[in-house]
Amino acid sequence: MTMSASSPGDKEFRPPVTGTDDPAGPAPAAPSPVTSVRRYPAHGYVGGVCAGFAARLGIDPLLIRIGFVLTLLAGGVGIPLYGIGWALIPAEGPERPVVTRLLNRRDTWLVAAGMACLTLSAVLVLRDWGVWFGDKIIWPTVIAAAGGALIWRQSQAAPERAEPRAQLPREAVNRAGMGAALVIGGALLFLSLNDSLAPAREVVLPVAVALIAVTIILAPWWIRLVRGLAAERAARIRSQERAEVAAHLHDSVLQTLALVQKRAEDPREVAALARRQERELRSWLNSTRPSGTNTLAGALETAATEVEADHHVPIEVVTVGDGPLDERAAALVAAAREALVNASKFAGPEPIALYAEVEDGRAEVFVRDRGPGFDPDAVSPDRRGVRDSIVARMERHGGRATVHSTPGHGTEIELVMEP
Amino acid sequence: MISVVIVDDHSLFRAGVRAELDGLVDVLGDAPTVEDAVACILELEPDVVLLDVHMPGGGGLEVIRQVTEKRPAQRFLALSVSDAPEDVIAIIRAGARGYVTKTISGTELADAVRRIADGDAVFSPRLAGFVLDAFASLTPVEVDPELDQLTAREREVLRHIARGYLYKEIAARLGISTKTVEAHVSAVLRKLQLSSRHELSRWAVQRRLVD
Repeated sequence: MTMSASSPGDKEFRPPVTGTDDPAGPAPAAPSPVTSVRRYPAHGYVGGVCAGFAARLGIDPLLIRIGFVLTLLAGGVGIPLYGIGWALIPAEGPERPVVTRLLNRRDTWLVAAGMACLTLSAVLVLRDWGVWFGDKIIWPTVIAAAGGALIWRQSQAAPERAEPRAQLPREAVNRAGMGAALVIGGALLFLSLNDSLAPAREVVLPVAVALIAVTIILAPWWIRLVRGLAAERAARIRSQERAEVAAHLHDSVLQTLALVQKRAEDPREVAALARRQERELRSWLNSTRPSGTNTLAGALETAATEVEADHHVPIEVVTVGDGPLDERAAALVAAAREALVNASKFAGPEPIALYAEVEDGRAEVFVRDRGPGFDPDAVSPDRRGVRDSIVARMERHGGRATVHSTPGHGTEIELVMEP
Repeated sequence: MISVVIVDDHSLFRAGVRAELDGLVDVLGDAPTVEDAVACILELEPDVVLLDVHMPGGGGLEVIRQVTEKRPAQRFLALSVSDAPEDVIAIIRAGARGYVTKTISGTELADAVRRIADGDAVFSPRLAGFVLDAFASLTPVEVDPELDQLTAREREVLRHIARGYLYKEIAARLGISTKTVEAHVSAVLRKLQLSSRHELSRWAVQRRLVD
């Protein structure tokens, strides 16, 4: 473990950033050469290995479990096999930490059984203490290391359970803890099987004990570190979001409010400022609405905003359907804009209505003001000029424009672009 | 005089609406929260409730749900700054008989209240646009044509509302009476509230995804 390289004094300080990569680093690499057998953690008691084999063989898991217990009586060879199976056989479905599962089951005898296993292993250690080293001390060490790591993990994780954000690092830590136990156990097993332990037994026991002690001492610090990082990251994202919102409000709403205060004596201007800000804020809050200028509805919306700002008249925009902003649609928008500018000259305080409907490629735009209106048969030359510019523009692009007006009832310009 | 209760969590806005409606309708009371609103409406029994869409504790939808349990005939007019189509359509489908934005003038608002009290529907241009959009996207297959399609006349009326015409102007343009225009709008409201929930929610989802 890279962790054991840190001196215990380090835990008093904020760890260097480079050290933070270790915990997130590889959990015990477990390439799975076994293809057809799967573990079923959801159905099993510990790792779901027995359940997996039972499912593969098509028999009751209880039989496998009884067989497993029998191997325990016959020298405990089943335990390392189970451990190897746990590490190598891929799990089917979500895997939760074994102790969490045991504790969540509520049938506390299972927890008791787990504790009994731990105690048993401790007793075995004590019995063999100083007499001889070999299988009988290695297996208990492995069991104790694995069990201890999990128990410890559980106690650490318990208060954190309410916070789902800590889920990910906890999983990683769990796996890394299991990995530590298996790696240490495996190494000792290897040495023991090769009899290399016999001459070095005076050294190995203290080293093993020291390793376990260091793991237990450093691991809480490590998990705190991992958790601290996750919390810090979440806090950073939150504060970034807040800063973004604050920046936007500052650039837009606060600026507008300042302008409103300065221009308080000009109600038209203030109303226009408020409307422009409202429109802008809405499109920002409600990013599902057409914004930008790459669609017909978006371009009309933008044109209305600009005319509103330039001419200080409220414009009510309603669009139904939408379409791409191709050349003809752009001409339609330009004509609509012209119509809005024209309407803004005659409209009273009542808002100008802009209504656009796009259906099956056919686009219609209505621009209506509640101004005095006029008699279309007796228009003044300048008015005709404006009208011609709209009508001519539409006709150039294969559309048409019609002006409806009655004195006293306002004016409506109808723009149609056939597909 | 028509009696009204104002429900809005914004105290400045409640005061403003009260002042604007003063003398036009009889404001019985106001309430800032869902809980207060429900108690207030059930006690005062106003003709019309002016209802904000967004409030803490469930908003206008929750007020409508709780009040109609005890007083199914209560009439609501949604009054909101929100113009998100999902919000607007949701409050109408929950039972509000109309929707206007908060920028509406006092006299227009009083007019809308009177119309709601008479049992008619009040559609702002924007709501008319949303409704046209919603019904246009409903696929005519697999749906009840009676409920899930608008008639040509209803569409024509809605389009005029979206274009900014008042009911009496629409009546004049289409050569029908104002009552008939109101009947068309009420029919649209009924279709909106009764048509396939599934189809309309799909419309909302599509809008969110497509735009």
